[in-house]
Amino acid sequence: MTTQASGDALVSLNGVNKHYGQLHVLKDINLQVRKGEVVVVIGPSGSGKSTLCRAINRLETIDDGAIAIDGKKLPEEGKDLAHLRADVGMVFQSFNLFAHKTILENVTLGPIKVKKVAKGTADKEAMALLERVGVGHQAPKLPAQLSGGQQQRVAIARALAMKPKVMLFDEPTSALDPEMINEVLDVMIQLAKEGMTMIVVTHEMGFARKAADRVVFMADGQIVEDATPEEFFTNPKSDRAKDFLSKLLTH
Amino acid sequence: MDAVIASLPQYWDGFLRTLYLSVISGIIALIVGTILAAMRVSPVAALRGFSTFYVEVARNTPLTIIFFFAAIVLPRLGVKFEQFEVAAIIALSSYTAAFIAEAVRSGVNSVPVGQAEAARSIGMTFIQVLGFIVLPQAVRTVIPPLINILIALVKNSSVAGAFFVLELFGYGRQLSNDYGDQVLWILLGVAFFYLLITVPLGLLAHFVERKVAIAR
Repeated sequence: MTTQASGDALVSLNGVNKHYGQLHVLKDINLQVRKGEVVVVIGPSGSGKSTLCRAINRLETIDDGAIAIDGKKLPEEGKDLAHLRADVGMVFQSFNLFAHKTILENVTLGPIKVKKVAKGTADKEAMALLERVGVGHQAPKLPAQLSGGQQQRVAIARALAMKPKVMLFDEPTSALDPEMINEVLDVMIQLAKEGMTMIVVTHEMGFARKAADRVVFMADGQIVEDATPEEFFTNPKSDRAKDFLSKLLTH
Repeated sequence: MDAVIASLPQYWDGFLRTLYLSVISGIIALIVGTILAAMRVSPVAALRGFSTFYVEVARNTPLTIIFFFAAIVLPRLGVKFEQFEVAAIIALSSYTAAFIAEAVRSGVNSVPVGQAEAARSIGMTFIQVLGFIVLPQAVRTVIPPLINILIALVKNSSVAGAFFVLELFGYGRQLSNDYGDQVLWILLGVAFFYLLITVPLGLLAHFVERKVAIAR
């Protein structure tokens, strides 16, 4: 069920390659993600997992291969690409909340400017989202006044406000203090339970175990394993994955 | 000193014309410069190329030559204007726009790239990313160099005096001829009226800088 382009693949990557100069960062990547699926991408740093995540909404260009969202090929640049990105939520490692806008404005800006939603409606929906991620009372503040965990939850709300078909998480907890990681993961687990299609690049094995439908293990720009969490964590097939897991478990 | 007091009406007239040239050219240069900066960071290679070419040519050419081009060459190419002021405004704004473009571009580059990436990933177009997210945050770093450029513009407008425009410097030359024995006073008077524009600009810079400070 994880294999070739079934008609209901929401995100599909076929034969994707990318180079940074001499470095071959993505090697012939094939990945299909169905609607409602939660795919966790793990692997050692430098394995290309962030690049993979960023390529899906074309923050990174690719050299060859094809990426399609909901059956539509990623457009090159311009308005079409902007339209497509509106359907793909993205959460960054460093939050990237708009520093000059309030928390509420951070969430309403997309709906108002991109989707032309009336301000009153956008405000109401944004407040509901902020409540849902537990930072409703922070609405009038500026991002710098919030803790990292709170900022990241706002960033999730900002992405959700666009009502995306799929959410991409690029190491969402890697820049957080340990005590703030769980508050963000809780929101993500809740989201997964509600049926959101998610692609999550992370080092949080607990999240992968708890919320993932599939674990994709990457090393040296290649997808080495693609399995269910139980399979992957209890019975990894490749030496690369065994090595990676053994290093995690010794601490 | 008497010469200065006797010539106050001329000074005033020249002051107003200098102010007029500076304000009009400043506004045009700000608009054109910002557009050039936007082109410079745009994803379209042709726009980037044009902007780079324009900026390099305009800011590396002596202002006098640009004035000469606007006042004498343009009319021969069929661009007619009633007054030399128009030529002065064309020369000053096209020259200053290049510097403003560079200042705005460096301001844009000072905004963390993640801000633009986040804006793009919620579906904003290039213009929206620039207008709603990047430029408002660039303002803070751009204000000091921008005010420097505008102060330079006020002083550069004196070149117009050599091209038949009676602004402060033009009157200064005329008055120096009329009062050959008091040239020093006449020129001090001219400098004073320039300071009347440039010093408040510097003060404005401090004020605006504090006003637009962003918490990070």
